[in-house]
Amino acid sequence: MVWTRKDLLGLDDLSREEIELILSTADSFKEVSTREIKKVPALRGKTVVNLFYEPSTRTRVSFEVAAKRLSADVINIETETSSVKKGETLIDTGTNIQALNADIIVIRHNYSGAAMMLAKHLHISVVNAGDGWHEHPTQALLDMFTLKEKLGNIQGLKVSIVGDIAHSRVARSNIWGLIKLGAEVTVCAPKILIPPAIEEMGVRVSHDIEEALHNADAVNVLRMQFERDGENAFPKQVEYFKNFGITKERLQKAKKNIIVMHPGPLNRGIEISSEVADGANSVILEQVTNGIAVRMAVLFLVAQGQDKKHENTD
Amino acid sequence: MPDKSKLLDKEAIRRSIVRIAHEILEKNKGTDDLCLVGIRSRGVYLAERLKAAIKTIDEKEIPVGILDITLYRDDLSLTSSQPVVHKTEIDFDIADKNVVLVDDVLYTGRTIRAALDALIDLGRPRSIQLAVLIDRGHRELPIRPDYVGKNIPTSLHETVEVRLMEVDGADEALLVKKE
Repeated sequence: MVWTRKDLLGLDDLSREEIELILSTADSFKEVSTREIKKVPALRGKTVVNLFYEPSTRTRVSFEVAAKRLSADVINIETETSSVKKGETLIDTGTNIQALNADIIVIRHNYSGAAMMLAKHLHISVVNAGDGWHEHPTQALLDMFTLKEKLGNIQGLKVSIVGDIAHSRVARSNIWGLIKLGAEVTVCAPKILIPPAIEEMGVRVSHDIEEALHNADAVNVLRMQFERDGENAFPKQVEYFKNFGITKERLQKAKKNIIVMHPGPLNRGIEISSEVADGANSVILEQVTNGIAVRMAVLFLVAQGQDKKHENTD
Repeated sequence: MPDKSKLLDKEAIRRSIVRIAHEILEKNKGTDDLCLVGIRSRGVYLAERLKAAIKTIDEKEIPVGILDITLYRDDLSLTSSQPVVHKTEIDFDIADKNVVLVDDVLYTGRTIRAALDALIDLGRPRSIQLAVLIDRGHRELPIRPDYVGKNIPTSLHETVEVRLMEVDGADEALLVKKE
């Protein structure tokens, strides 16, 4: 299996073999972060630009750490303080970054498809760090890496994704990736948070949290974004926690070794109780650690993507 | 069919390993602070064989690590065939140790340059020595082996293939003329 893509835009486009190559490469990179000198020279002399149109600390920092552990130079552009405020288009920003001879753009954007549009216009690599409601491939990859590390194999696993499925790029990328790797996926949320025709993606729908947890090998708890509701948020939060919150009592009825994941940041007492978030089943902080290895693997692979070389010889 | 001739057979490889094991012990005056690090992939099997040979002679177990040098290569952006990254597995501290790097064939020296950088990123060994089964010449860097199974003068139109039982199902070294 050889990696040929210059970009990583989503898991929908990738084959099972490509996903497995990223995960096995990440496995080799994980050890680097445990060394006293946490650095290898693989991307020495390469420039990685983090172009973030949405506020994000954890994903941006994770990509930055990953790039630095590969010895790349990293530049962070936050659009709040850039020419985007002056009306520059995404493509113009991209071609300007390319003109700086940067090698990889990591983009987070609030519009679905932004990463793909940028990738089409540029010959340098583009990595999608979240586009609108569409995909967040590296989050799903690190979730799968963590599952694989804990349970050995994704094939045949029962994974439940709980929370705002309708507006979650994390859910979408996870569903595409997990199904390609042979997992059985259940999505669980109130009806209003389940998008129509989601079953066509190959998942089972549940509106009953206890039923969704029953027999599951892992549960991925999505962050509820009630802060957008302003002062109306509180009663909804209480009701959501009562009906869908992951609590100790609910876990006691599930498999004893069920893995609890969460992409962060946590809303303690809304989608997950503190006891569970800090409990023995939680792998939430391991996900953060694994995110570095997965993003190192992605940066390393796209930097060598061969379709880029073909374009350069035109 | 490419023209192949046998440089070493099974018995010759075994004798080389035993002799190198003796030389390592002689030079390092025993096994104190001694460790072996095999370069992926065939260096790893040779390092394991050296460990076994040293145990037979001195009745001491010495640690063996595995080094993957992919991330330290100087031709990453030049190669057309994409290298696959594997794990480095050195679960002991190499600081202040006498490390013997083990590889199958020594050629340009670039792999060893990468291995030296990779090792030094893991700690500061007291010394690093180099053991190879075959030295075929044509160095591009100022690197020389401390222990050699066999010196084989080669031309640039030839390659040396080392095949080991653990991965290839046979023990032999072949000189292959490129077409």
